[in-house]
Amino acid sequence: MPPSNPHVALFVTCLVDLFRPSAGFAAVKLLQDAGCRVSVPQGQTCCGQPAYNSGDKSSAALLAAQTIRSLREYDFVVAPSGSCAAMIKCHYPDLLAGDPELSAQARVLAARIWELTQFLHDVMQFKPAAAGDEKITHLDSCSGLRELGVQAQPRALLPGRIIENGDGDVCCGFGGTFCVKYAGVSTAIADKKLDRLAATGAHTATGGDLGCLMHLAGRAARRGMPLQFRHVAEVLAGDNKTPGIAAEEK
Amino acid sequence: MQRRPSAFNANAAEALLDANLQAALGAAEAGFGVKRRKAIMGLPEFDALCDRAAAIKDHVLDHLDTYLERFEAQVFASGGMVHWCEDAEEARQTILALCRSVNARMVTKGKSMVTEEIGLNPFLEANNIRPVETDLGEYIIQLADEPPSHIIGPALHKTKDQVSDLFHTHHPALGFPDRLTEGEALVGEARSILRQQYLQADVGVTGANFLIAETGSTVIVTNEGNGDMTQIFPRMHIVLASIEKIVPTLEDAATLLRVLARSATGQEMSVYTTFSTGPKRRGDADGPEQFHVVLLDNGRSEILGGKQRDILRCIRCGACMNNCPVYLSAGGHAYGATYMGPMGSVLTPNLTSLKKSQALPFASSFCGRCEAVCPMRIPLPGLMRELRSDAHEQRLTPPRERLWLAAWAWLARRPALYHALSGFGMRALHLLARGAGRFAWLPLAGGWTRTRDFPAPQGESFMAQWARRAKTEP
Repeated sequence: MPPSNPHVALFVTCLVDLFRPSAGFAAVKLLQDAGCRVSVPQGQTCCGQPAYNSGDKSSAALLAAQTIRSLREYDFVVAPSGSCAAMIKCHYPDLLAGDPELSAQARVLAARIWELTQFLHDVMQFKPAAAGDEKITHLDSCSGLRELGVQAQPRALLPGRIIENGDGDVCCGFGGTFCVKYAGVSTAIADKKLDRLAATGAHTATGGDLGCLMHLAGRAARRGMPLQFRHVAEVLAGDNKTPGIAAEEK
Repeated sequence: MQRRPSAFNANAAEALLDANLQAALGAAEAGFGVKRRKAIMGLPEFDALCDRAAAIKDHVLDHLDTYLERFEAQVFASGGMVHWCEDAEEARQTILALCRSVNARMVTKGKSMVTEEIGLNPFLEANNIRPVETDLGEYIIQLADEPPSHIIGPALHKTKDQVSDLFHTHHPALGFPDRLTEGEALVGEARSILRQQYLQADVGVTGANFLIAETGSTVIVTNEGNGDMTQIFPRMHIVLASIEKIVPTLEDAATLLRVLARSATGQEMSVYTTFSTGPKRRGDADGPEQFHVVLLDNGRSEILGGKQRDILRCIRCGACMNNCPVYLSAGGHAYGATYMGPMGSVLTPNLTSLKKSQALPFASSFCGRCEAVCPMRIPLPGLMRELRSDAHEQRLTPPRERLWLAAWAWLARRPALYHALSGFGMRALHLLARGAGRFAWLPLAGGWTRTRDFPAPQGESFMAQWARRAKTEP
């Protein structure tokens, strides 16, 4: 039985907050449709992953502590990103291991945090109303796939609509600051992924992580490819009016 | 290609423009990937086997001194000698002295990454001893005067046409005037040439995949049989191995061998698995008169006592690089070091200096595929992240990046100010895009916009919109 009317905090993630609020509102709508009471704690900014992966553990730990404080009072915390959810679930306890009180809180939060599609499907057993029948192809982002095991959930939530693009466990080349620091390699990896996405014949590619999607959409636009990119939350929520990522406003 | 890790980006840029290299990497990706998956699907207990293999190595690392001494005693009991070398120079000098003791003019070599690590070939050449590589891949890159670009496929970066050219440049002088183009014919020609070398060599040098403490045996795996010829024909067999190659028993070696071949080439077993125990005994039909094992530390005891110890479980299967999107785009030479790919990005800073190689642990998207395929359960991204953290603490990372990071982290720790400023900034950026949805160029974002458009924000930030909504709908 799914929990009844749980109080859920949305951890928006910095990229959705700044670049694609429509994905955040889609996530809120989906959570409400699934029977959740949704709050958006104002004390949140970024989970600290950019600092953590750049080697700045002390900044990452400060941001982790801030994030933990802002997300304490909820039954569940949900993020529209596998990589931010994985940062909180898999890395906070280690990152804060030096502080027994904080690391205990980190473990509590680790048990409550979910990636959006995972939470909708595994916890709320939610079946979204069929929102269109356009065939799409879906991108499994690495952190969500390997650290959280997000793979079946988006497919179960979009039955019959996903055309697989092959080598689904291969990175798109984003990698956070990697995509700027090693732009050449990052772009070469993106091109391989884009060719596979295009080969599916789908016009829309979805994914659960905005970083990967912005990187691919930006490269696809530069190459003049007609492929459209959307956060999976938008497609699930039936939002087909908002222009795709990097697409021209109508 | 520059032979230094700090040139990774420049090397990678060069590699991405090299059509031959890209074709070779594409073929490797397809080949290795499919074969490994097939081999693993054929062995349902593969995961359990990996757990056992990793546990064996962990146990060895806990008791390394004990097993090394036991190994030494067993080598001695079987008539061989063990030489302990703290660093590359000591190992080179030891091998040179051994070669000179038999007046060696020519040395045949089996494939060995540790000989690359100590730079054995140029050192022997400088001392008038001619090293001849007998592994086909190593032979090819020796002709090309290039380092290996992959730990198990040293000439992986070469296409068949390039090999044909190379042979046609070098082989006419050896009595093979015709240009060959077919794979089989090329292999045949190399074999004919190498056959003569085996018989002329004074010393055979091989590496070791494993050293077995209980028997004093060294183990190599090859697919060409060249290792056997290298070590059986000459008067002296020198094995160069790093200290972490040790395993307690023959049975442990068997466990690791089952994991190794499947992870490396997707074979159940390599074609040849060769155990060497001491020199030729009375009554043996063949074998070397002398058997020497040169044990190399070269920084490993240092790693053993530190946070990066897990990397010492590595059995050099190459699965991490075969599955690494960065390696498969940039190729092995881009890393500018002996070891490449994810294992190399961890090992190089540990064996050399983080200061000179800090670019390598950052050259990863942290996709985690290397960790997923590593049969020895080495947490490669975690180890790279640890090295990034050391680089940050030692202020080795570029000052401009540190400044950005510090400024961003300062702001992100002040939620009210962060939301106010970012809310304003995103609205401004949105207006600046004038409905195009993206920027072809943005100040300070050249790293992104050189190859990609930068997606424009939709307008007001989510947090700003949510706060306004909360006010209007109490």
